[in-house]
Amino acid sequence: MPKQLIKGNEAVVRGAILAGCRAFYAYPITPASEISEAAAYYMPQAGGAFLQAESETAAVNMLYGAASAGVRCMTSSSGPGISLMQEGISYLAGSELPCVIADIMRGGPGLGNIAPEQGDYMQVVKGGGHGCYHTLVLAPDSVQEMCDLTTLAFELADQYRNPVFVLADSFIGQMMEPVEFPERAILPPPPSWAVRATAETRKNLITSIYLDPDALERHVRKLAAKYERAEAEVVRFEQVETGDADLVLVGYGIAARILKAVVRLARAEGLRVGLMRPITLYPFPKEQIGDLARTASAFLAVELSTGKMVEDVRLAVNGRKPVEFYGRAGGSVPSAEEVLGVIRNIAERYSLVRGQSPEVAHV
Amino acid sequence: MSEFDILHQRAKCFYDSFERKAELQHQTHYCPGCGHGIAHKLIAQAIDELGIQDRTILVSPVGCSVFAYYYFDVGNVQVAHGRAPAVATAMKRALPHGVVLSYQGDGDLAAIGTAEILHAANRGEPITVFFLNNAIYGMTGGQMAPTTPLGEKTTTTPFGRNPWTEGYPLHVSEVLSSLEAPVYIERVALGNNKMIQQAAKAVRKAIANQVQGLGFSLVEILSPCPTIWKMEPADAQKWVREELTKVYPLGVFRDKTKEAQPRPAPVPAPSLDELPKIFSAKEGRPPALAPAAPCRRTVDLRVKVAGFGGQGVLMLGQVLAEAGLDAGLEVSWLPSYGPEMRSGTSHCHVRLSNHEIDSPLVSRPNVLMAMNEPSLRKFLPAVEPGGWIFYNGTSLPEGAMRTDVTFIVQPFIALADRIGDTRAGNMVMLGAMLEATGLLESEWVASALARLSKSERWLDLNRRAIEFGREVIHREVSI
Repeated sequence: MPKQLIKGNEAVVRGAILAGCRAFYAYPITPASEISEAAAYYMPQAGGAFLQAESETAAVNMLYGAASAGVRCMTSSSGPGISLMQEGISYLAGSELPCVIADIMRGGPGLGNIAPEQGDYMQVVKGGGHGCYHTLVLAPDSVQEMCDLTTLAFELADQYRNPVFVLADSFIGQMMEPVEFPERAILPPPPSWAVRATAETRKNLITSIYLDPDALERHVRKLAAKYERAEAEVVRFEQVETGDADLVLVGYGIAARILKAVVRLARAEGLRVGLMRPITLYPFPKEQIGDLARTASAFLAVELSTGKMVEDVRLAVNGRKPVEFYGRAGGSVPSAEEVLGVIRNIAERYSLVRGQSPEVAHV
Repeated sequence: MSEFDILHQRAKCFYDSFERKAELQHQTHYCPGCGHGIAHKLIAQAIDELGIQDRTILVSPVGCSVFAYYYFDVGNVQVAHGRAPAVATAMKRALPHGVVLSYQGDGDLAAIGTAEILHAANRGEPITVFFLNNAIYGMTGGQMAPTTPLGEKTTTTPFGRNPWTEGYPLHVSEVLSSLEAPVYIERVALGNNKMIQQAAKAVRKAIANQVQGLGFSLVEILSPCPTIWKMEPADAQKWVREELTKVYPLGVFRDKTKEAQPRPAPVPAPSLDELPKIFSAKEGRPPALAPAAPCRRTVDLRVKVAGFGGQGVLMLGQVLAEAGLDAGLEVSWLPSYGPEMRSGTSHCHVRLSNHEIDSPLVSRPNVLMAMNEPSLRKFLPAVEPGGWIFYNGTSLPEGAMRTDVTFIVQPFIALADRIGDTRAGNMVMLGAMLEATGLLESEWVASALARLSKSERWLDLNRRAIEFGREVIHREVSI
């Protein structure tokens, strides 16, 4: 299939429908509305349900209904809307209902602005709702991954019976890149636990209430075991030139794309710099970062925030090596040259060896 | 063999024993005299009569009836406080053959869940809602409900409900009856046997409506809560009958059962093999083909296109990116603003390269296409030495000068008037850029244009504009 130039937000919807998503419920918000608009156009043609909900609160509970009925379902929003959905996400996790939530992050807190930011990290990766639960979080850094990771999100959601986030920002959502879509559409059969208004499923019950403390503890421990399994099974990451890196940059989403350019510029100056890009933010590639802490001299986390993911990097490095941070927020985005300046400073402070410049620096 | 006929028995869609109670499993967990038990029975009898046990899904709320699933042997879904109509909406849309019942109390439906019930009703969702109104928060121990009558003392209105501070009892049936879509809304009461008989009819009708595919039905049931009201069961029933019905008059508020039409069936889904075709229909244009002759040159275009909104900045970038795609190059296009920012400045970043594109953000452009002066001034310092600057103007503005780059200064937009439409000024500028840099073949640009132009007229105009731009560059180059 030839590649098509397409926006990240539309790639999410196409990927979702090809992965068997047949229900989409959302409330408009910039910069995620294009996902709703594409879903409104395509979902009815695919025989699925689309509804613009009266609020994000309603939208996430509509996911609760669609997921209870055994339908692959999805919503999209941005920071303020995700905040409103947190109640429902806790219920979805508690009732072990699979669904996919795309968060196209914008500037915050409060109304903030509509420019790209990565300030939702804590509320998405750490779970912004009540109770002991996690959501699995995938962070695309390209339009191709907006499609591919949405597909993966549906698989993981079903596999773990848990909400899965696709965490992007308004750059990844609005930019266009060539995408190769799957040639075949899939539609998995409804799961056996779903409530489907049939004799076979009549005994099924979807609930998150366990009044008896022992029963609730058993339930929470069952969830915890599930997350432990996910930590062992679904970690994904990309490494760029980390093999000999003195300084390992860590970033996800659009920040990682900038950092890929930074690695090239730094290498051209003879600095041994590499990039670790977490693709799954939960589970976080903590073992892999721990491994890098054996060989690297220092880490630099770069985010479009005042420092959130860096906490996970510090936990993974566990004090073995210094972890620096550089971030821009409010919609300002660091240029590759700006980050390079930070790296030069770090190289000086930690006396990192400046090797020979490679023969050909591809600039 | 039985020697007697059974006239009344437990409804078949109730479980035989109720696990909610550890010991007395023939009893419910509800208090003596509570209305929930009666309401449950009426619903269960209706399910039996209509023969829909397997198709029924009961959406239970937060409140005393949170455990309805211990009693009803139907598909059960327990949901968040107030959100049952949203959940029921999606379940019904996923399973149109199902009979979806939402069972909610007054705190659930009339306070925290007002948005969900109002909009489900307004959309005419073909679901059935049972609204148990006992004018108090029961499960949490007797706080004020939106439906608490004026003057009533509750744990959160210790001096009695005061309209100046707590407002007035909320009349849900009346409010929802002001909407166009609902098919059936009736308020009944569990105040004596006669009232309960009427309630049974209403409950049955509300479910039967859904079985027939008709729209939104709601039955408000005035219900006793002796424990929290601190009354004997008989007194509580009397209070429902004599006091609560004064605040909430009984009756049918809406009945369009006879004239209501079932919701039209959705368009049948395409087969999985056919499904991907829905994505090619939108464009109305062929997808990009593998280029006949891919680009063999070394390309590393880092372009910033900038101007006012409406000057075709984003479109220019898009044509460039699409042409790059046809040339077999790696491409990216990144707009700088969201779709709701009108008439401000806008710019986009476009990259074309033989190599995988690291950052789609262009911070050191080697081509700047500035359609107005602010854009030129803003991005001029960032242009890489040896780069190209295309500026829409008659001359360079004062102070906007560099000697290490090549300037192409033309009133591109004004020039577009000569081919009939200044709106094609962006394509004139693109033509000039393509000609000056010589990086992309005409055929790649032509196929990109064909995909992106919204009509034949625009395609023709854009083609001529690009050709014209290519010519313009040979006429005069100002540096």
